[in-house]
Amino acid sequence: MPLVALFIPCYIDQLYPQVGLATCELLKRLDVTFEFPVEQTCCGQPMANTGCTEDARPLAEKFLRIFKDFEYVVAPSGSCVAMVRQHYDEYFHGRPEYADFQKLKAKTFELCEFLTDVLHVEKLQGQFPYRVGLHQSCHGLRELRLASDTELVGKSYNKVRSLLEMIEGVQIVQLQRPDECCGFGGTFAVNEEAVSCMMGEDRIYDHEQAGTQVLTANDMSCLMHLEGLIRRQKKPMRVMHIAEILAGGDV
Amino acid sequence: MNHATLAAEFVRNRPRAHWHDTALWFVRAKRDKAVHSLPEWETLRETASAIKLHTISHLAEYLEQFERQATALGATVHWACDAAEHNQIVLDILRQHGVKKLVKSKSMLTEECHLNPYLERHGIEVTDTDLGERIVQLDRKPPSHIVMPAIHMKKEEIGELFHKHLQSAAGATDPQYLAEVARQHLRHKFMEADAGLTGVNFAVAETGGFVVCTNEGNADLGVSLPKLHIACMGIEKLIPRAKDLGVFLRLLARSATGQPITAYSSHFHGPRLGGELHIVIVDNGRSQLLASGEFRGSLKCIRCGACMNTCPVYRRSGGHSYENTVPGPIGSILAPARDPQHYYSLPYACSLCGSCTDVCPVKIDIHHQLLTWRRELAVHGHLPWTKRFSMKLASIVLRTTWLYGLMGNMGRWALRNFPRWLVYNRLNAWGRQRELPPAPRRSFRQLYQEHYGRTTTAGTSPQPGGNSVGDSQSSTSRH
Ligand code: SF4
Repeated sequence: MPLVALFIPCYIDQLYPQVGLATCELLKRLDVTFEFPVEQTCCGQPMANTGCTEDARPLAEKFLRIFKDFEYVVAPSGSCVAMVRQHYDEYFHGRPEYADFQKLKAKTFELCEFLTDVLHVEKLQGQFPYRVGLHQSCHGLRELRLASDTELVGKSYNKVRSLLEMIEGVQIVQLQRPDECCGFGGTFAVNEEAVSCMMGEDRIYDHEQAGTQVLTANDMSCLMHLEGLIRRQKKPMRVMHIAEILAGGDV
Repeated sequence: MNHATLAAEFVRNRPRAHWHDTALWFVRAKRDKAVHSLPEWETLRETASAIKLHTISHLAEYLEQFERQATALGATVHWACDAAEHNQIVLDILRQHGVKKLVKSKSMLTEECHLNPYLERHGIEVTDTDLGERIVQLDRKPPSHIVMPAIHMKKEEIGELFHKHLQSAAGATDPQYLAEVARQHLRHKFMEADAGLTGVNFAVAETGGFVVCTNEGNADLGVSLPKLHIACMGIEKLIPRAKDLGVFLRLLARSATGQPITAYSSHFHGPRLGGELHIVIVDNGRSQLLASGEFRGSLKCIRCGACMNTCPVYRRSGGHSYENTVPGPIGSILAPARDPQHYYSLPYACSLCGSCTDVCPVKIDIHHQLLTWRRELAVHGHLPWTKRFSMKLASIVLRTTWLYGLMGNMGRWALRNFPRWLVYNRLNAWGRQRELPPAPRRSFRQLYQEHYGRTTTAGTSPQPGGNSVGDSQSSTSRH
């Protein structure tokens, strides 16, 4: 079994430790040898997405230093993996570390993607007898291509959904707008607070209409935003990261 | 003004914002259906993108070829470096012909150049003949969308507007009736006009001809009676060969409205018998985009509007919140190129969902370009200092693991123990409508130590090589 380094993004580390633990539990069940390099902090996405590239650079360098010698790097977050894979290039371009980075890039995976594409998981133990609403986080969808989106024409597939479907009892609900953005968008959530919240509300409404009991996604950041709205409005909907469901968690 | 402020104003009227979102989503859904009926859709996009990229990389040659061919067909070609020159050229032509009344079919370029008010100031009556354009013209507002200029207006408002200006029945809201009123009114305008002005959707270098796409046939009507036809186009409207048209005509209508093709695709090759055709080719900042390298790809745009319809931010904030002739995702790339100081907030009016990039028929990597704009704006100091400062601070904390751990612990402690009013105050934009996440007592790294830690595997671990100064638990354990 491969040796995996866990990348637990900063906000999961600080605010959603149970998601990190569920990731460990899931990997353990699949007999994956993993470790958590403690020097890690953040991929630098907030700075990069604000345009402050130079403030993100040291974090990209730190990331490379910490993770380059592992066989795989796995993170329970599509958007942080997309940051590494799609946006780190500019930090290493034309530098001696470029070759190392290319190798690291090829072995950095989002959790669900690692399960389907590297481990080729075909069944998972567990029961989850609920109506589950799957939120397709945009970075996972359109940057990592974890599923086909409604804009592009081609064969339809969904790596995240295929994993959820392995869990007994999961009923995935049908949404009106299956891959609309939730409105989180990193610093966008604060910069454009009004639009961001309306987008989130609309997502939640779609899930309410579809009968979602548990709202899940492979990006905790989208869920943090949606959960913030759900809790403020005291709606009866649970929010769980997909790792928690796949690891055999219960509501 | 800043996009976020204008957007917040739009969103405040929730029912209206919802209505706007639904109307545009309807168009996007129609587009999805239309494109999914073509298995070759992605090949078409790929081809279109390659043709456009090739064209803009050889733009000077193709422009010259177009001028030669168009002239050979009997048209007169004019060159304008900016909006002012464009307006002047159009006015001069109109004056030479003693034109008093002009009918105009939809042209975003003339909107961009603010041609209407300019001509009106010089005593020329200009009538927009596209129904949507006519509505916003009567309302004295700019279009809010490049394909559906009056998409922000409800039929009740249009009824009222027509009642006031076109003497339609009071309180009438039936779209068919209102369209008929507009049709009768426009018919007069067409009859009276001394000249017709159109935009250009595609100009063909090989032939010197050009194509205008409309759904109402108003371009044809506008240039059929008067002897003078003026066509205004940006330098990026070129395609090399007539046979390329098939690709673009199929892409344009499907992307714009979900139709297989626009109702009218009118081809013009030289002036009509006994008439005159003037083609005004305008730069107005486009060659700067061409030279920029970074944003060159945005010149591939065929102005279908699909990126607006799909954009979750545009749908909820309305076109006017962008304060630019071309709003939405592509407008947010084009506008700062002209005036970065004024339009600095537009590249931030984006959640980076990437839907625009996947919807764009010519494969412009729109959301990546918006990200590039953010970098450019930050580098050139257009970003407010609060943002720059907070990002610098975050960077310093995040690059130092022990400091990050300490700040994290303090932050979580504060979240758990501070009174609510201290956390949820006016400075906390997150908390205005959302709860902050419940702060756990311990972070993942602390819990990991408990569950999996304590077994140091130094020596066997693959030497991550990181320096973990000040981190007492720098050992890694393997599971
Ligand atoms: S950027 Fe693409 S999607 Fe947007 S208007 Fe232009 S061609 Fe259409």
